[in-house]
Formats: sequence, C-alpha cells, structure tokens
Amino acid sequence: MTSVAPLEAPAVRALDAAPRRRPRNWLVRLAPMAPALLLLLVFFAGPMLWSVYTAFTNLALTGSSTVDFIGIDNFTRMARDPSFLHSLELTLIFVVGSAVIGQNTLGLLIALLLRGRSKVARAAVTGVVIAAWAVPETVAGFCWYAFLYRTGTLNALLGHFGIAQNWLYTTPMLAVIIANVWRGTAFSMLVYSAALSEVPPDLTEAAAVDGASGWQRLRHITLPLIRRAIVSNLMLITLQTLATFGLIYVMTGGGPGTASQTTPLYMYQQSFKFYQLGYGTAMALVLLVVGALFSVIYLRLIRLED
Amino acid sequence: MTDLTVARRGTTRTVTFVVLAIIAVAFLLPFAWLVIASVQPGAALSAHLDWTFSTANFRAVLNPDTMYRPILNSVIISGGTALLTVFVAVLAAYPLSRYQSRFGRSFLYIILFSTGLPITAVMVPVYAMYSRINLVDSIPATIAFMSAASLPFAAWMMKNFMDGVPISLEEAAWTDGAGWFQSLHRIVLPLMVPGLTVVFIFTFVLQWGNFFVPFILLLSPEKQPASVTIYTFFSQYGQVAYGELAAFSILYTLPVVVFYSALSRVLGGAFSLTGAVKG
Repeated sequence: MTSVAPLEAPAVRALDAAPRRRPRNWLVRLAPMAPALLLLLVFFAGPMLWSVYTAFTNLALTGSSTVDFIGIDNFTRMARDPSFLHSLELTLIFVVGSAVIGQNTLGLLIALLLRGRSKVARAAVTGVVIAAWAVPETVAGFCWYAFLYRTGTLNALLGHFGIAQNWLYTTPMLAVIIANVWRGTAFSMLVYSAALSEVPPDLTEAAAVDGASGWQRLRHITLPLIRRAIVSNLMLITLQTLATFGLIYVMTGGGPGTASQTTPLYMYQQSFKFYQLGYGTAMALVLLVVGALFSVIYLRLIRLED
Repeated sequence: MTDLTVARRGTTRTVTFVVLAIIAVAFLLPFAWLVIASVQPGAALSAHLDWTFSTANFRAVLNPDTMYRPILNSVIISGGTALLTVFVAVLAAYPLSRYQSRFGRSFLYIILFSTGLPITAVMVPVYAMYSRINLVDSIPATIAFMSAASLPFAAWMMKNFMDGVPISLEEAAWTDGAGWFQSLHRIVLPLMVPGLTVVFIFTFVLQWGNFFVPFILLLSPEKQPASVTIYTFFSQYGQVAYGELAAFSILYTLPVVVFYSALSRVLGGAFSLTGAVKG
C-alpha cells in the first residue's frame, strides 16, 4: 500500500484507494497478460477442455480413424476396473503418507529446529535437504534404487541385524513414500522457514514467561499464525505428489506386479502402452478432481480453525 | 533466569543439535552410492568401498552420444523454457501487481491452485492434441508446453517480487506520460533483477530435471534431454554399467549445484522462497 495518508482531500483518497493509475480502458490494462493467457489457453486450458470431451469417447491410437462418443462408458469401466481402483488406493496412500504426513511434518520440524541456530548449522542442514530436492528426478530415483537394493547401502548398514532384503521388492510402497519424503521435504521446509521468520518472537516469549510449554506455544500461537502458509503448502505438495511419476517409474516401475502402480503410472500404461487415450484421459480427469477435493478440504479445515 | 531453565535450555540445545545431525546424515546417505560408484571401475549397486579409484567411468561417458548431445538438448530445452517463462511471467505479473484492487485475492488463489495442477494428468490430453497436429517430437512445441506449465508459479513468484518495487517510483514516470511498457522496462525491471534471476533459475532447474514431459513428447533419441536419455540409455541394456550411470548422474546434476550456489551468492545467502510463496 502507498504511504500517502488518505486524510486530505477526497480526490487524493480516491486516487489512493481505487486504481492507482487510470489507464484508458481495461483492455490496455490487461494487454501485458495477453501472451500468458495465449500460452495457457493453447497449451493448458485447450487440452484440458478437449480432454473433457475425449474422456467420453473411445479415442485410441490404434489406427482406427473413427472416434465414437461413448458417453460415460470410460467412467463406468473405471468403477469396475480393479486395477484402477487399486491404483487410486495406492495414490491416496502415497499422497497422505509422503506429502501430508511426511514432507509436511518433517519440513515443519526442520524449520522449527533451525530457528535461532547458528548460520553454519542452518546452511549445512538446509544445504543437504535442498540438495535432495534439487537433484533431477531420475537421478533421485537411481540413488534410492541403489540405496534400497539387496546389496545396497541400507542393507550394508543393517547387515548386522540380519534383516537385509531388497526393500524395493518387499516393501515397494514404503520405499517410494520414503524416497518422496526425502525428495520433497525441502519445499515444505522453505515455506515454513519463511512463514516462521514472520512470527514475532515476543509473542512466544511472552507465552513462555506465562508458563506455556513448548508444545502449547506451538499449538496455540505459532501454528495459528502460520495458518495460511500451512494451507498453501499442503495444497501445493498434495497436487505435486498426486502427479509423481518419474520417481516411482525409475524405482519400481509400478511393481513388483502392480504393488506400487499409482494412478499416474496406470494412466501411462493405459494411454501409451495400450493406446487407450480416451480411457487414460478419463483417469486424468479423476486425478484432477481428487486434487480439487483435497484443496477444498484444506480450505475448509482452516476456516474451521478461525 | 534460574539455574533450572538454563540447564533445561542446554539440554534442549543438545537434543536439537543431535536431531538436526541425524536428519542431515539421513538425507546424505542415499547419495553415498552415487559418489562411491562413480569413481570405482567395477562398481555395482552396492556402496562398497574397495579403495581402487579411477576416472574410467567419467571418461567412458564423456562422448557425444552419451553425454554431450543430451546435455546440449537439456540446455536448449530448459534454457528456452526459462527464458520464455520469465518473459511472459514478467508481463503477466505487471497488472497483477499494479492493479490488485481489481483482481483481488481470489484471482491469485486461482493462479496458485493452477500452479499445482498435476502435470501428469494434463500430459495425456496434450499428447493426444500434439499427435493430431503433428507436434510430437518437436523441441519448440515441447518448450511451449513446458513454459505454459511453469507459467502460473513463475507469475506468482514474479508478482510477489514486483510488489516489492514501490509504486511511487513509477508515479513520476506516469505523470510524464510513460506507458506501462516504458514504466515496466525502465523502472520496475532494473529494480527486480534478483527476482528475475530467481524465477529464471528456478524454472531452469525444475525443467532440467523434468522427466515425464520430454519422455512423452520427444521420441527420437537425438532430441531427448539428459533427464530422459539417462533412463533409456541405462535401462536398455541387460548389463547395466552402474559406475558409468553414477558418473553420468553426477555430471548431469552438476549444473544444478552450480546454479543453486550462484543463486545463494547473488542473494547474499538469503535464498529461500521467502519472497515467492508468502501467499
């Protein structure tokens, strides 16, 4: 907001409150947005709208030139397709386990622990955590593949306990969840560090003087103050995690069998291996709806907190 | 302050330190294999150190087919995407930052929501559309899609950075009759170079590692970026040369490390998403 105190003349106030400058018309105002809107319309909104139509057809890449409108067949087929339902279940486990619980909690924990630490400690911990985030997806997948392999680093460390095994084969979902926590925590950590730096320290100090425990201060002062950051963070990491493909594809390929085949992997298989584009697109729509549902839930929960 | 609270504070400090150290080590462990395997000639999938080091793996991957061409493709694709995204995002951020009252928070929340839309879900319809108009396997078309996908978040960050440039600086230019373009170009942009750098590097690094989009949209191996060839190259052959895979991974990750250090240097070590994701 401008620093002009809107006391003097009404004219000044009007100038200050409404548009700070008066362009000829709204077209001129919005002109700079044209390239962005064009790009989004052609490459984003266009395909999305088209996908809504495609989801109701039997479009396939098998050479048959006719595309028939088949109504909600793709959706009823999904409801009866055990592989799809299984993949959706795995997707929900993956999102809740790795994003909502894992990344979110660990990111907040690290951000809280780093408050008031020395510069060196901060740089070391954030550096390592960000490194896991910055590494390209495929490299991250290979690192975890090797780490969890039968002769990998983890088993070398655990070897003395006699529980060495190929973790990718025995616990594939847990493996990809932990790998995704490792990879995504940096984002939550950065968001929460930024939010925490804006919490005035005197508030928590005053509560500490009044005898509030660390947990009470966190629960009743810090968390409510960073509420908005929590919602933004949960929304973003949920949507990102919902779409995770490369990491799982490199680590397990959806296997063994279909034990870690989340919906994006199943969608890939149906669309690009079996050429069922119509069916794949219908699944894409379901994924988008799931993402929207999560977002609505987060916004609701935070409302209730008020 | 009583002795008790001092003592308790000391314990808390130690516990915090230990927990942070455990977290740091846990985050480092998965990298162990990568580093060890890359310098050992007969490396397998184990982080077993047999104290024989060589640069054989690095020498083996440093040739045009394995390394140079995919990396060059990555530079073209990520660089092109980052440039286009920054350019379009700056323009889009200007009205968002300057005419807030009209657009309101809800509009910004729509942008924030669309930043996270699962790209994976959009890929199938995009592929269907591209295959219809013969854009599959085209690098410019891939760049256009990647820019569209990175745009919402870039515009969101850009708007927050632009909010930091006081509007009063522009008012003088407006009274002199400068249009939005002159005002943006002469006054706002020079003041937000750090913001532009952050958005550029952020987009570049994200697309440098992007696997799914080029994996779907680029079919011929000579057009694919390193993120895809690293997967296809090393999974095609029955006998995987793990040492070479590790060496390749390290070389391919190096630019990201350089960029991040440059970024924290530029912003005086204060690099975080502070300005970017405040909401």
